[in-house]
Amino acid sequence: MVLKKTKVKALEFHNVDKWFGEFQALKQINLSVQEGEIVVVCGPSGSGKSTLIRCINGLEPYTSGQVSVFDNPDLNQQKGKVGMVFQHFYLFPHLTVLENLMLAPLRTLKLSKQEALERAMHFLTRVKIADQADKYPVQLSGGQQQRVAIARSLCMMPRIMLFDEPTSALDPEMINEVLDVMVELAQEGMTMVCVTHEMGFAKKVADRVVFMDEGEIIEIAPPEILFSSPHQERTKTFLNQILTH
Amino acid sequence: MILHIVKPVLSAVLQITILLLGIIWLLDSGAQAMGYSWQWQRIPDYLFFYEDGQWWPAELINGLVVTLKISALSLIATLLIGLITALLRVSNSIVGRILARCYVELIRNTPLLVQIYLLYFVFGPVIGLDRFSTAILALALFQGAYTAEIFRAGLNSIDVGQFEAAKSLGLPAYYTYKDVILPQVLQRTLPPLTNEVVSLIKNSSIVSVMAIFDLTTEGRNIVSETAMPFEIWFTVAAIYLLLTLSLSALAAGLEHKLGAQWRKE
Repeated sequence: MVLKKTKVKALEFHNVDKWFGEFQALKQINLSVQEGEIVVVCGPSGSGKSTLIRCINGLEPYTSGQVSVFDNPDLNQQKGKVGMVFQHFYLFPHLTVLENLMLAPLRTLKLSKQEALERAMHFLTRVKIADQADKYPVQLSGGQQQRVAIARSLCMMPRIMLFDEPTSALDPEMINEVLDVMVELAQEGMTMVCVTHEMGFAKKVADRVVFMDEGEIIEIAPPEILFSSPHQERTKTFLNQILTH
Repeated sequence: MILHIVKPVLSAVLQITILLLGIIWLLDSGAQAMGYSWQWQRIPDYLFFYEDGQWWPAELINGLVVTLKISALSLIATLLIGLITALLRVSNSIVGRILARCYVELIRNTPLLVQIYLLYFVFGPVIGLDRFSTAILALALFQGAYTAEIFRAGLNSIDVGQFEAAKSLGLPAYYTYKDVILPQVLQRTLPPLTNEVVSLIKNSSIVSVMAIFDLTTEGRNIVSETAMPFEIWFTVAAIYLLLTLSLSALAAGLEHKLGAQWRKE
């Protein structure tokens, strides 16, 4: 199932400001993402990347402006339609892998046990971890836990997936198994906004890369342009820092 | 599995026996010097008596039943009050936070006996509560304040990411607490909660001041009728001890079972 990129606006930031007390975390953010588009957000730490994507699903209330998802500015109405994958997974430690996946479909979508189970097993198989269904999160490796977290979000049939540094807490040898799942998801046409430092992933699947610094969007461009010939001095400096090693 | 319940009980019983033997020896020599005559053989009559071809519970056992009833009912109320207060204290509502804070401070900083008198003589009659309900309310209000702080500590110890993950899955607040947060809170707070249950049972003896026929009241009545304080008070203490110790053992077993698979070591 490969969705065609449509002209439907999946999400839009309009003049969004975010203040943490005296500190301005987001400055006049304007950004719109089409359905099926893959956007990678990068930038130095503290540049507001995480804050930006946390504004999309209402985890971080913004100060002014407007964020709308499929033209709906009420972000609390999304009910799992905007899935999120966190740096530290945040699986529910007291539930098995299967129970982690089934909880929200049972409680939020009111699916029957059988339906929730089938759906959970479907997505566990897709992230290639069906054999761990009855284990507890603590018994899995970091990479496995992150794949479970992705499957847990997918069980809610999201229209947009947000990734907040999904591989930053992983040991190097586990990064690829998570990126593989993300690439597959991207190729199937999921709308994705990813905060990540994995430039290989960005080059491979991103339609556009957003570079942020000090709460501002400095530059937006397709990866082949942004990485090879950035227009802004700050983008160049940042890319030099992360690409030289 | 059974071993985890049996082992602490056995070791407790052994330790108690050794300690008791020492104390008995000390007491017996002291009592002999005072000219006190032991009448242990009369104690069983206050536990059970035989009439019309069957065994009946006697005063002490009746008292124990009352104590158990009061403890069980106030335990339920305690947990409810504690949970609601803790949730109010971490809530966004300013009024809720202030109310919860005032309740906890008021209860923690006044003596239980004074609270019982206030409820028994003032608030109970005003709102028309009977003695038994007043006793349960007094105990639950007292213990609830401490339990609230335990729950609050437990709630604060849960990673904010757990709330965020639940929210990003669209889980409503009720299910977020019921299915995600509270099971983790319960597992983490079980040891201090056990303390609270034990102290609830012990504190239930104080309701004897409001003429409720619990274990302590029955003991006092028997003493005043029979003039054998040594035997009766020892028996009463032993019954409380048995009760609280078996509860502790139960909690130890539960603690082991709860989260044994998913707890990080």
